[in-house]
Amino acid sequence: MQTPAPFTYERATSVDGAIASLVKHDGEARIIAGGHSLLPMMKLRLAQPEHLIDINDLGELSYIREFADEIRIGALTRHVELLHSDVLARRLPIFADAERVIADPVVRNRGTIGGSLCQADAAEDLSSVCSAIHASVVIRGADGERVIAMDEFHVGPYVTAVGDGEMLTEVRVPLTPGGSFSSAHEKVERRAGDWAIAAASAAVWIDGGTIADAGVALSAVGPTTVHVTRAAEALRGKSPGDELFEEAGRIAAEDCSPSADGRGPVDYKRHLAGVLTTRALRTATARALQQEA
Amino acid sequence: MQVTLNINGQAVSRDVEPRTLLVHFIRDTPGLTGTHWGCDTSNCGACVVQMDGQPVKSCTTLAVMCEGHEIRTVESLEVDGKLDPIQMGFHEMHALHCGFCTPGMLMTTRALLDETAARGRAGGAGGDAIPSEEEIRTAISGAICRCTGYKNIVGAVRWAAQYEAANRQGQEVS
Repeated sequence: MQTPAPFTYERATSVDGAIASLVKHDGEARIIAGGHSLLPMMKLRLAQPEHLIDINDLGELSYIREFADEIRIGALTRHVELLHSDVLARRLPIFADAERVIADPVVRNRGTIGGSLCQADAAEDLSSVCSAIHASVVIRGADGERVIAMDEFHVGPYVTAVGDGEMLTEVRVPLTPGGSFSSAHEKVERRAGDWAIAAASAAVWIDGGTIADAGVALSAVGPTTVHVTRAAEALRGKSPGDELFEEAGRIAAEDCSPSADGRGPVDYKRHLAGVLTTRALRTATARALQQEA
Repeated sequence: MQVTLNINGQAVSRDVEPRTLLVHFIRDTPGLTGTHWGCDTSNCGACVVQMDGQPVKSCTTLAVMCEGHEIRTVESLEVDGKLDPIQMGFHEMHALHCGFCTPGMLMTTRALLDETAARGRAGGAGGDAIPSEEEIRTAISGAICRCTGYKNIVGAVRWAAQYEAANRQGQEVS
């Protein structure tokens, strides 16, 4: 029987209250939302918080809001809500691509975007999704909020920029006015609910037939989410096309650092990372151009 | 800590450690052992119950997190000796062998039928909304049957959906 080590429990009634409790417990407390990453870690005693702060009652953290220049997603928004969101389907189809293959539908009823990002598992999909679309996250502490970019968010495996007395409250995705922008996520897994063998997220901003900007990130092929900045640089200023996307795929395959395990050897995972990058770029671009037409 | 859960419409109180999992609370306190405790790692789906109408894995939910929510287990499906249509479907289509996965399968697919019917009503399809084979397979992708495979389970869900659709149409006519 797998049982977590003992802990004390409270239900937060406000974000400020949750943060005050985190500060009071000085690094020994953890926030719990869906619990589908944290509880398995606690059962295996890989995590042993002394105190859990349940934020499931904080409805003010559950939303998907569309503004002229950005989309804001509350940390407590569940996977199932991201999957079925009309706003995201229209503006950021990468979320539905990823959500269809994150865990299974029953787990998606509980798991949240904030929890997924804070778990910072290298094989987690939303971390690479948010990196590719140049999202930033809002981290709140007792002294107020700070906003940091996704490429500063991942500090190491299972470690993020969120401090002991802080919590992630919101994800912000910029929408560049003018030109067209779209995104896509591609993943290969052995079965529903397994970790990815490899996954690639891509975003492209196209202006006047040229790629004005791009984002590429990979899951499950490194110790943390892999931000393939060299692929984004290679794409910038060029005309979109298959040869270019294959070049970006080659760069992604070179720049990741997978380990061999039951899911496959290193060369296979590198190959997959490249192919999935190319495919994600192709889909993202087709979507962006369709928008322009 | 003292916890009171609403399980199948009954209030159940018990003093538990916060680390008590929902699956153990359900099986130990009201003694509802229909909910099966399987893999313990949220992979197999045998422990699925409904929380406010949504299927959730009770091995990966703390009992204390469920206070104030409505928990529904497999025991709630049969009422006064009459089986729920999803149970009838599993019976008709022989959708179980050893039966270990069945409680989770039933609660997962009962929720799918409710969701599909609600979507059908919202979309104007009325009682005709039947989940496709792909939708059924996706819905049960977090539930594992180690005996026989999924063909008869998919058939059972379609049987139940058609049975309920026919009943709803009958009601609308009369």
